[in-house]
Amino acid sequence: MWNWFHKLGSPKTFYAISGSLLPYFCVLAGIMLVAGVVWALGFVPPDYQQGHTVRIMYVHVPSAILAQSSYMMMAAAGVVYLVWRIKLADIALQCAAPIGTGLTFLALITGAIWGKPTWGTWWVWDARLTSTLVLLFLFVGVMALRSAMSGKASAGRATAMLVLVGVMNLPIIKYSVDWWFTLHQPSSFSLTEKPSMPPEMWMPLLVMVLGFYLFFFCVWMLRIRTEILNREYRSRWVRELVQ
Amino acid sequence: MKFGKMKTHRRNRLLLVIFVVVMSGSGIAMALLALNENINLFYSPQEIVDGKAPVGQLIRAGGMVREGSVVRSDTDLTVSFRVSDLKNAEFTVHFEGILPDLFREGQGVIARGILRDDGEFVAEEVLAKHDEEYMPPELNDVIEQAHSEAAK
Repeated sequence: MWNWFHKLGSPKTFYAISGSLLPYFCVLAGIMLVAGVVWALGFVPPDYQQGHTVRIMYVHVPSAILAQSSYMMMAAAGVVYLVWRIKLADIALQCAAPIGTGLTFLALITGAIWGKPTWGTWWVWDARLTSTLVLLFLFVGVMALRSAMSGKASAGRATAMLVLVGVMNLPIIKYSVDWWFTLHQPSSFSLTEKPSMPPEMWMPLLVMVLGFYLFFFCVWMLRIRTEILNREYRSRWVRELVQ
Repeated sequence: MKFGKMKTHRRNRLLLVIFVVVMSGSGIAMALLALNENINLFYSPQEIVDGKAPVGQLIRAGGMVREGSVVRSDTDLTVSFRVSDLKNAEFTVHFEGILPDLFREGQGVIARGILRDDGEFVAEEVLAKHDEEYMPPELNDVIEQAHSEAAK
C-alpha cells in the first residue's frame, strides 16, 4: 500500500495511469452534465414560490460545493507536499487553484442572479456571501503568490502554507448560516435528515453534483499532466514520449 | 503509517503543519467570537423589542411577516406590516416602495432602515428571505387544500 502510494507519486507512473483513466472520466462527466442539465432545465417542476428561478440552483449548488471541495483537496495536497515533499502534490496544488477560482466565481455569479429576483438584491454582506468571497480571494491569492516567487521549491512551500491557513475559511462558509443571522438560507440537505425538497427536485441536483465532481477531476488531471510534461521536459521518458 | 516510524525531519514538518493549522484556527476562532454580534446581518424581533438595537441608526431587522398584518395604502406605495419571531416578540415596519416578488405573509423578510424611538421601524429597503423548503406548485396546492379542509 505504502509502496503503491510512492509509485503513484512519481510523475512518470502518474502520467501513465491518469492517461489510461482520463477518457472514461471525461465521457462519464459529459454524460452526467448533459443529462443533469436537460433534466434540470427541461423536466424539473418549478418551485411553488420561486417559479423557474429555482433552476439556477442546479448550477449554483454544485459549483459552490465543488469550490469548497476543490479547496479541501488543494489543502490535502499542500499537507502532503509540506511533509513528504512529493513534487506531484505541489503540481496538484498549483493546478487546482485556477479551477477552484472559476468554480467559486460561478457560484457567486449564479447566486447573485438568483438573489436579485428572489431576495430583491444582487449582493448583501452577510456571513455566507462574504466568506465565499474570501474563498475566491484565497484562490486568487494562491495563484498570485505562486507566480510572484521565482524559486519553484520555496514558492511551493509558501503557497502550501497559505492554503493551509486559508482552510479555516471552509468551516466558516459551511456553518455561517447556522452560527449567525444571514440572508442566505440554511442548507436544504444534511446527512442526518431528509432533504427539504421532493426527490424529483433533488435527484437531478445529485446528478449535477456528481457531474461537476467528474468534470473537476478531468480538468484537474489534464492540467496536472500538462504541468508534469512542462516540468519534466528534460527527462528521458518525456523525450521518448514525444518522439 | 506509524508515527513512531516516521523520519525525524518529516515528523517535525508534520508537527509544524499541525501547529500552523491549530494556531491560525484558534486565532480566527477568537476573532470571530469577539466579533460575534457584529457578524449577524440583522437584529431579531426579540432584540428590537428588548431595546438592544440602536435607535435612530441605519440597521437591519428581520423576522417573519405576521399573517393578516399587511396594510397597503390605496393611494400610494406605502405599506406597513408586523414582523414577528413567531414567539412573543413583534414590531411594526413601514415601507414605501416596491416589495420583492417573494414578499408575502408568513414569509421571512429583512428590512434595512431606522428604528424610531416609539419602537416602529421605517424601512428604506425590504428583502425577502428565502427558506430552505422547495416544492412543486401542485404539492403546495395539495398541502393548502389539506390545511383548509382541516380548518373546516
